[in-house]
This record gives sequence, C-alpha cells and structure tokens, in this order.
Amino acid sequence: MSTIVLLLITGLGLGALYFLVASGLSLIYGLMGVLNFAHGSFLTLGAFAGWEVARRLGADSWAVFGLALVVGAGVGAAFAALTELLLVRRLYERHIEQVLVTVGLALATVALFEGAWGSDPEFIEGPAWLRGTTDVAGAPVPNDRFLAIGAAVLVLVGIVLFLRYTRFGLIIRAGVENRAMVTALGIDVRKAFTLVFAVGGAAAGLGGVLASQYFGYVSPHLGAQLLIFAFIVTVIGGLGSLTGAAVAAVLVAVLQQFANYYWGYGDLVVVLLLALVLLVRPSGLLGRRA
Amino acid sequence: MTTTPTTQQSSPRSDETAPLPADDGGTVPARRRWLPPAIGLGLVVLLACLPLLAISLPGVLPGPTYTPGTLQVLALALLVGALALSYHLLFGVAGLLSFGHALYFAVGVYGLAIVLDRTDLPLLPAACVVLVGGIAVAHLVGAISLRVTGISFAMVTLAFAQAGNVLVRRNPAGATGGEEGLALDTAHVPDALVGVANTRNLYWLALAVLVVVYAIVLWVERSRAGHVAAATRENEMRVRVVGGRPYLVKLLVFVVAATLATGVGMAYLLLQSGAVPRVTSADFTLTLLVMVVLGGVGSRWGAVVGGVLYTLLDQRLGALASSEAIAGLPSVLRVPLSEPLFILGTLFVLVVLFLPGGIAGAAQRLAHRSGRDRQREAARETIEESA
Repeated sequence: MSTIVLLLITGLGLGALYFLVASGLSLIYGLMGVLNFAHGSFLTLGAFAGWEVARRLGADSWAVFGLALVVGAGVGAAFAALTELLLVRRLYERHIEQVLVTVGLALATVALFEGAWGSDPEFIEGPAWLRGTTDVAGAPVPNDRFLAIGAAVLVLVGIVLFLRYTRFGLIIRAGVENRAMVTALGIDVRKAFTLVFAVGGAAAGLGGVLASQYFGYVSPHLGAQLLIFAFIVTVIGGLGSLTGAAVAAVLVAVLQQFANYYWGYGDLVVVLLLALVLLVRPSGLLGRRA
Repeated sequence: MTTTPTTQQSSPRSDETAPLPADDGGTVPARRRWLPPAIGLGLVVLLACLPLLAISLPGVLPGPTYTPGTLQVLALALLVGALALSYHLLFGVAGLLSFGHALYFAVGVYGLAIVLDRTDLPLLPAACVVLVGGIAVAHLVGAISLRVTGISFAMVTLAFAQAGNVLVRRNPAGATGGEEGLALDTAHVPDALVGVANTRNLYWLALAVLVVVYAIVLWVERSRAGHVAAATRENEMRVRVVGGRPYLVKLLVFVVAATLATGVGMAYLLLQSGAVPRVTSADFTLTLLVMVVLGGVGSRWGAVVGGVLYTLLDQRLGALASSEAIAGLPSVLRVPLSEPLFILGTLFVLVVLFLPGGIAGAAQRLAHRSGRDRQREAARETIEESA
C-alpha cells in the first residue's frame, strides 16, 4: 500500500513538471502552430538562473528559494519573449522554418550552457524541509514532490484565470479558435504571440527550478530530458488543449513511475501509450478533430 | 488554427522547388542536359582516385589524402552525406518532417553489430538479415506514425526514436553494451575491411554506398510513386481528389528512406568498428535535419554537400576548439567558440533566416543571375550589331 502511495505521489510530482513544460508548448502550438524545440532551453536557463541565485545568497533560506523561483520564471519569460521577437516573428506563417529555427536555437544554447557551466550535473541544495519526507498513509514521500504539485496546480489555475478573465486572455482564446477572424477585426495578434511565448517561458523557467529540486541537480541536458516527454504529453492530450495537457501529464507520469517500478521499462510504456492513443484517437484525448 | 490562408504557406516552398521557368524547356542546349551527370561522374572518379594521390588541404583535412586518418574522415563524411541523402528523400521529396530517422540508422549499426556478435553468420548474410529487420521496423513505425500528419508526425517519430534510444541504453540481456556501446566482432568480417591499413578499402566502400544511395534516391524521385509523393507534399487534398492514395505512397517513401539509412548504418559500423548510443539519440536526427537544410531542402546534391560539409566542420571545429588561438581569448569569446555545436547551431539559424534554400538555393540563384546576365549581354550585342 505504502509503495503504491509513494509511486502515485512521485508520479504526480513528475506529472507536475511535465505539465509546466507542456502547458507552454501547447499554448504556443495552439495559437501559432509552432512546435517549440527551444522550450527545453528556457527550462534549463531558468534552472541555472535559480541555481546561481541560491548559490550566491545562501541556499537554505526560504526567502532565497522564493527569489530563485521568481528569477527562474523571469529569466525563462525574458528568454522566450526574445526568441519570439528576434527569431520566430521573422518567419511569420512559415511553420516548418519556425520549427527549424527553434531546433537550431536548442542545439546552440545547449552547447553554450555546456561551455558556461560544464556538461556534468551540478548537485544543488535548498531549504532543509525540501530534503525531508512526510508520512502519507505510511509512505515516506519526499517533500519536493508536494512543492512541484502545488506549483503546477497554481500555474494551471493562473493560466486558466488569465485566459478566461483578462482582455489578453480573450484575444489568445479567440486567436486559437480562428486567428484570421481576429486579425480581420483589427486586433494585433502579434502582441499575443509574444505574450504567449513569455507565459510559456515563465512556466518552463519555474519548472526548471522545481525540476532541479526534484532531481537534485542541474545540468545542461535537464531541459532536453523533460522536453521529449512533454512532447508526448502534448500529443496525447491533444495539441493546443491546456486541460488535455494537464490530464495527459498526470496519466503519462504516473504510468511511467509504476511501469518503471514493476517492470523497469517505463519510458517504453509511455511510447506504447502514445501509439495506442494515436491509433484510437489521432487528435489526442481532448484535441479537436482536425 | 487551420484557417490560415494556404497560398501564403505554400508559395515560398513551391517557388524554391519549382523548376526554373523556360530554362529547362525545349530550348535547352544539349550541352546543359549532359553536363551535370558528366560533372557527377568526374567527381566520383576523382573521389575514387583520392587514396592513390597525395593532395594536402591544410585546415580542411588532417593530412595528405592517402593517409588512413584523412581517409577515415573522408569516408565518414561520405557516409553522413549518404545518410543525409536518405533523409532528403523523406523531408525534401515527400515533405515528411521526421525526427526519428536516427532510429533506422541505429537499426543498421546496432543490428549488424549484434548479429555479428551473437551468431556465426558471415558478413553478407548478416547484412541481409539486418536489412530485412530494418524494413520490418520501418513498416511498423511508419504505419502507425503516418496516421497523423505535420507536427504531430514529427513528435511521434521522435517518440519512437526515443524508445529505441532507451532500449539501447538499458542494455537488454547485455546485447547493446549500454552506455559503453558495442565493439565490432571482426571474426566473420573479411580481412580486407579490418584494420587501419585497410582504411582505403572502407573508403571505397563508403563511396560505393553513397553512389548506390544516390542512384536509388534518383530512381525513386523519377518514378511515379516519387511524383505522387511530391504532389502530396504540395497538396494532399488534391492528390486525394484525383484518386491518389497518399498514405500508401508516403509509407513507401518512408520505408525506402529508412532502409537506405539501415544500409548506411551497416557501413558506418564497419568504418567506426563499433556502435555507440549517440547514433540513436534525438540530437543525431536533429543534426541530419541541419545538414539537409544547410545544403538546401529539395536538392539531392545539396543534401550530400550539407552532410559532407557538416561532418568536416564538426571535425575541424573540434580541432579549432582545442587550439591555442582559442585558449588565449577572453572567456566571453572562448566559451562559445570552443563549442562546435554552438557555432553549427548559430550557422543553421542564420541559414534558415537569411538563406532560404541553403547552399543549393544560393548556387541556383547565382547561376540564374549569371545566365540572365549572359542573355542580356547577347541581346545587347545583337542590338549593337544591328545598329
């Protein structure tokens, strides 16, 4: 019983990280049709920024950890917004080229991170509570799982509220639905593009700081590692669907944890799940029919 | 989402891939029709003679062309060129943006290594077994992933390649050697293909592989299936409307490209005398994509040039990174310049932004311009004569 609880909560924590990456991917794809391969780099840079903050100001206080989260999210958002302004915007409406540009950016930035911080993982520290465990139904659950789950729920609620109750959210939702019509009504959708990139980058940067706590290290390959599963989550959930991404993130991560524990090939099970979903519902769980 | 005007999307592409107007029509002088094949044939003969010559290109090649070290680099470049050509068939002809092409290459590399390691089959039967296995895997994965199109297809192929990567790293039953990789068991490989002294035989093998891959890609592209695949790339709906079967044609092209990659992978194993997990990684497929785009999407020789250029750059930038000139620079310059992948990635971004059509596109524009100049000059001369 306690093993199942532990696997379940660990899976939820991993799912939270997948969701933080996949939410941005899904929003960006939904609005602009861009598959963003550089999203992993946003996450990695956020993780390194948070790590630098913690290293300089003392890692074990909560105030510094909070600052690290804010800085990580801010750096991710700034990097993402710059990517959109300088690279993606120039290739408006040319989807394949946009993908290619983000691929090039991902290759170049990972190499740059390796040059700046070394290719080996750097082990990190944080507030003492995060290293401890809490008993849930007899299972000692590491506390950082709860933090990741809480943050992901907050981000989900925040993005949903933002999309539903703000003017920019309205424009983004309308743009996902029918971009040509929004443009025809005289609304500048391009501002929304930058904004969506920034929101996605902030979620990824936040995810970077949390992922480095979850795994216990930062490395230049942290982002690429999570990105592939985030892609799978986005396809299973349905491209462009935020709720779909949340459901699929939990499903994929929990399944992966259980299969890893009982069978040892969790990553393969995830790919099989993807194949199954595509055979039954090519548009994903909550995606609109193409 | 799907309401974006399609004319805008497809027009830059069709401009690049469409044949030059009027130039290729009935008025083409006979000289221009046989010139490209003649240049290609001459180049192959020259490349075949390289191991017998002593040509030095300081900065580009590590030594004179007859030395095993240089031949090794050149053979690697030719094989990567062949692999890029197989990716061209997928991406350039059929327009299938696959992020999992490394999987079939890895099937060749690891498949042959495992068969030679575990069985007593000689090289050729072993290669046939691996080729059949590669075709089977390509059918299975292709049939599933072609159910979706566009970006979803890219992600699904990426996921399958990732599954292959996981499998190789997990080392099931000790078959793949995990992170360390698998050394080539040379017991059943002909002696002429083993050892540093025989590098030139491997070089000729690599050249032969490239020529065969080129011939097959040319044949597929000129066949009816190739034309339907190209039409599907431009407008799948219209192919459907006129009664074509896009799914089957795409699957055919997918399987042919994958089988070619498997074949190249087997030659790669013999050349490198070992298999490492890097060839299964997603990064490796991404570098293939970089090569094809660098050379020019839709151009056969562009893909080969892209592959060769990328390999040589990768090798030489690595040497540059460890050179003393770089070590003396301040860290702001030293850190980026000592990472070959950073330079290649940046170069790639610049090509996508400012040089649509890559090297082949630029060359075509240049030739087009000089051709126009010549025409203009001829016209001016006739005017002056008549005046």
